[in-house]
Amino acid sequence: MDLYEHQARELFEEHGILVPRAEVTDSPKEAREIARRLGGRVVVKAQVKTGGRGKAGGVKLAADPAAAEITARQILGMDIKGHTVGKVMLAQPVAIETEFYVSYVLDRAAGGFLAIASAEGGMEIEEVAAGRPEAVARIPVDPTEGVTSAKAGAIAAAAGLPPQTVDVLVRLWEVLVREDALLVEVNPLVRTAQGQILALDGKVTLDDNARFRQSRWGDGGVEHDDALEAVAAAKGLNYVKLDGEVGIIGNGAGLVMSTLDVVAGCGARPANFLDIGGGASAQIMADGLSVILSDPAVKSVFVNVFGGITACDAVADGIVQALDSVQLTKPLVVRLDGNNAARGRAILDDRAHPLVQQATTMDGAALRAAQLAAATA
Amino acid sequence: MAIYLTKESKVLVQGMTGGEGMKHTRRMLAAGTNVVGGVNPRKAGHTVDFDVPQCLKGLGGTPIAVPVFGSVAAGIRATGADVTVVFVPPAFAKAAVVEAADAGIGLAVVITEGIPVHDSVAFTSYAKTKGTRIIGPNCPGLITPGQSNAGIIPADITKPGRIGLVSKSGTLTYQLMYELRDIGFSTCVGIGGDPVVGTSHIDCLAAFQDDPDTELIVLIGEIGGDAEERAAAYIRDHVTKPVVGYIAGFTAPEGKTMGHAGAIVSGSSGTAAAKKEALEAVGVRVGSTPTETARLVLDRLGVGT
Repeated sequence: MDLYEHQARELFEEHGILVPRAEVTDSPKEAREIARRLGGRVVVKAQVKTGGRGKAGGVKLAADPAAAEITARQILGMDIKGHTVGKVMLAQPVAIETEFYVSYVLDRAAGGFLAIASAEGGMEIEEVAAGRPEAVARIPVDPTEGVTSAKAGAIAAAAGLPPQTVDVLVRLWEVLVREDALLVEVNPLVRTAQGQILALDGKVTLDDNARFRQSRWGDGGVEHDDALEAVAAAKGLNYVKLDGEVGIIGNGAGLVMSTLDVVAGCGARPANFLDIGGGASAQIMADGLSVILSDPAVKSVFVNVFGGITACDAVADGIVQALDSVQLTKPLVVRLDGNNAARGRAILDDRAHPLVQQATTMDGAALRAAQLAAATA
Repeated sequence: MAIYLTKESKVLVQGMTGGEGMKHTRRMLAAGTNVVGGVNPRKAGHTVDFDVPQCLKGLGGTPIAVPVFGSVAAGIRATGADVTVVFVPPAFAKAAVVEAADAGIGLAVVITEGIPVHDSVAFTSYAKTKGTRIIGPNCPGLITPGQSNAGIIPADITKPGRIGLVSKSGTLTYQLMYELRDIGFSTCVGIGGDPVVGTSHIDCLAAFQDDPDTELIVLIGEIGGDAEERAAAYIRDHVTKPVVGYIAGFTAPEGKTMGHAGAIVSGSSGTAAAKKEALEAVGVRVGSTPTETARLVLDRLGVGT
């Protein structure tokens, strides 16, 4: 889960990292009050969980409280790369002397965390990293030792950062560990004209698996791009909306991803990703079917289940029960394979629902579902 | 001979007395696994009876009694166990694995899903210093068909044979095991879909390359990270046995998580297309569906369909 900039700022401040004075609001009127409190001249920053805000016009300087209100009104509600701006942060402007870049990020290949730092921070850091990799220091952090002052000194030296950044590097590591973060990034970390080291902008990604011991942000106001995703999430379904016409239900993330690919290979487009997991109870099947059938783009549905731990007859029972509680409005192609597949298929044959068809192979079923979608289009 | 797990393996189950632990210990026993004990400090000294179905011949219908030990160390002392399968909940998984590593276990198979990444980083790096191999977390485990099953892979969908399989995904593994059940498998390893896992594709490739029972290797990958790209480089330099690949996630949109914590695409690296390209560049044939992948395996083995 990504945090908003203002949440990241709050964390940095709590861990003793200097940040500009700032406040958050969703109201232009309040923006004016905040600007007044902060001394008049402020930077108005859209709070969205995506990059490229500045270029999209989501970060603007306002000369006085009246201008802050007008700017906030412009930015609130703005669409930035598909994200609607619901809040703005107003921050005191800072006289920047130099911009640096520092982050700790999970390095999957190494199975640990990596410190990344550069004396050339700012908006162009990705270009710097691509064009002159030698300007960006990448230093693995031993998970047992963490970032001590000595380690932070080594990181700063390797990146050519001034010694005053050592303390920030140590505190930033504390943020990573205490908050169970997978990424903490400060870009830019600046040295002001007064010689202070300040975190001007930050990005923090938290580990969803750690939510049981990090309840502070809740679900962080998870943004569902889509109403169906919100409904599915409320039912506890692992559902992702896509732009197609063949609804997909399967068991196991890998098999479902594979199912999407096979459907796409048949010339159709999958309408969604839905992993009902190993258990595949009647309730989950019914919930999944109802979400998928409420998607107006769906023309056919493909249920692809491999009976490994779950036996296919149990899955077939689930489908039959789901058919009793959900009104099937689109053709349903079912492929059951693996444990007790024959018994499962017999159960569906006995139900003899006019809109339900069976196929014995995954490829054959995908093709059938694609054809049905094309026929009803 | 197989890799990592044979009929000689003596298996402990941490979390055996919980719901999932009970269910899968029974399945492991039914598959012939030598489960020598469970671990639960609160139930030390008890035994748990498992009514394993008739597939275990010669037991005359009597349940198998599995002792519960108070610690992994006590279990090893009493039984000589060299493998542990971990079912304990996410909040306690790190302590369980560290305990197993401290006790000197050779292989810890971590089934638990939802372990915080900081914990996985900590216990995988700690286990390395103790010489313990970790498989997982968030994995289905591994099976050497006909010999032993450590984890939750269904044992009855395939048979012993000459294919080695390594995969991030559980159900895709089962699909391929089933499609190729007539040829059979030396060992199938589900390494897990989390961003940080103890055993990589490369570790398994190296082990299969050295395993005389393995003739061909099936490598199943999915979007996210660069493990498959690194595996491709390893194959080019070190693997002489034929490798057939499959990658899931061509249709996954950028920036969306598809169930596995690791299966997230951001930017160009980590895409299914990039992985397929990397594997094909080193001579690995990559199937476009699981079924086509199975056909490529049969072709490569010279078995007609």
